[in-house]
Amino acid sequence: MSIDKDKIKHISKLARISLDAKKTESLAKDLSSIFKFIEQLNELNTDKIEPLSSILNEPLRSRKDVVNDGKIRERILENSPQKNDEFFVVPKVID
Amino acid sequence: MIEKSEKYLINGAKDKWEVVIGLEVHAQVTSNSKLFSGSSTTFGAEPNTQVSLVDCAFPGMLPVINEYCVQQAVKTGLGLNAKINAYSVFDRKNYFYADLPQGYQISQYKNPIVGEGEITLDLPNGSKKVGIERLHLEQDAGKSIHDIDLSNTFVDLNRSGVALMEIVSKPDLRSPDEVSAYIKKLRSIMKYLGTCDGNMQEGSLRADVNVSVRKEGDTKLGTRCEIKNVNSIKFMQMAIIYESKRQVELLESGKSIDQETRLFDTKKNETRSMRSKEDAHDYRYFPDPDLLPLNLDKKLIEKIRKDLPELPDEKKERFIKEHSLTPYEANVLVSEKEISNYFEEVIKSSDKKLAKNWIMGDLFASLNEKNISILESPIKAKKMAELIDSISSGVISGRTAKEVFEIMKETGEDPKQIIENKGLQQKSDPKELEKIIDKILSDNKDKAEQYKSGKDKLFGFFVGQVMKESGGKANPQLVNEILKKKLK
Repeated sequence: MSIDKDKIKHISKLARISLDAKKTESLAKDLSSIFKFIEQLNELNTDKIEPLSSILNEPLRSRKDVVNDGKIRERILENSPQKNDEFFVVPKVID
Repeated sequence: MIEKSEKYLINGAKDKWEVVIGLEVHAQVTSNSKLFSGSSTTFGAEPNTQVSLVDCAFPGMLPVINEYCVQQAVKTGLGLNAKINAYSVFDRKNYFYADLPQGYQISQYKNPIVGEGEITLDLPNGSKKVGIERLHLEQDAGKSIHDIDLSNTFVDLNRSGVALMEIVSKPDLRSPDEVSAYIKKLRSIMKYLGTCDGNMQEGSLRADVNVSVRKEGDTKLGTRCEIKNVNSIKFMQMAIIYESKRQVELLESGKSIDQETRLFDTKKNETRSMRSKEDAHDYRYFPDPDLLPLNLDKKLIEKIRKDLPELPDEKKERFIKEHSLTPYEANVLVSEKEISNYFEEVIKSSDKKLAKNWIMGDLFASLNEKNISILESPIKAKKMAELIDSISSGVISGRTAKEVFEIMKETGEDPKQIIENKGLQQKSDPKELEKIIDKILSDNKDKAEQYKSGKDKLFGFFVGQVMKESGGKANPQLVNEILKKKLK
């Protein structure tokens, strides 16, 4: 799969990362060659192999349904660029 | 699919159109703590007090799954007669929004925990089966508050990370009424199971509504629009009515439908395109590397299946058989767990037929009048049973019972107390009644003669006089018997 500039623009928009024209071009080139390298895997026959979502062969760890966290409002608001006593404050977002 | 109900069609300028609806219901899992953290899920807490470092996505925090939420999803799946997938995977659904601190929602995409199932709707003209496509677990987002400050949005993350079940139906619904029946049934099943409280005002149950139209008789599905996040049955119905008409008008004027996400404006009663969200449709799902696949133990599934409570459909069958109810009555009485509990509590110690009539009649009317649920009823099941018992044992007449009921519904008082305090007991002493009757007969000798010579209709007059004389307290049955004897 070759990654063209439009694809890079689309991805950067989704990721909210702004790129100038030069960077867009160089990323397109880099990513294309990375993909080319990865695509060698397509040569393998995987017809009878189930897709793998984790390489760890362990069960998922779980927890009991108990409340043992929260009530740390000051701490979690502490690092917010904008806040008041109760809320995170962000620029107006409305659809 | 049984299609007994009258077809809901939209009459366009040219054709008749069928409406095809599918629902994605988001149901909040009933649990103490969140899906991947130990913060509380209690509704209505002070803003941002139920937020852990995991819920606000601080760097390095790792999600650990709440085993109870998993069991709740399995339980719900079993209640929907659905296939439980022993293997499921959590994926990241990527998008940016101020109330989504992770920048992605942990959800399940390719491998949901529950697969296909089915719900039976009870419609006025019969029943209809609606397919369930899947049920998966996911995190809720936080809450954005736009109306406190003019230029800023406030974010409360208390809801962030609370477990939701997204329950996706097949496009089997055909009218606003079916949608209402579907939501009510789904809600009822989850409340019986104790897996979701179904409280729509608190946002525990919301739905995305997929609507498309096609000409009557067509089998191919039309292009659909998705109406996001509708939080009441009434609004769902209004949105569907508006949206289907909009689509018919577009199609009949030769235009086509854009597959898009729309928003229902409850004030203007219209749906609007949410173009700003179009880009966000590229969610770039991939398995969450912080979480391993979820493998369910078969034994756990079987244990949950074994422990399932009696669900509305089974209860309905049992009520029809055991308590000789009609299907309609049974539907009403099982529609909510609290109602069926109340009914069963009342009939433990009183007559079934009277109980059914009193609950579905006077009690429901008084609850509607006050707009309260049966749980909030001032008349508790035990007292209702006592009232009914005093009718069947002849202490008071049905008419007096209504009087007692009127007091009970205001004060919640004990019926026996009311009857005693107000001296409402029926006069069932034959000697006492005979005295009254003798007096009436001697006061109305002419009428008694007329009756004896064949004017049968006068019987009612005598009964009326006796009741009047006794202040409405004479036992009507006894009065009838004695009068008949005396007038021979």
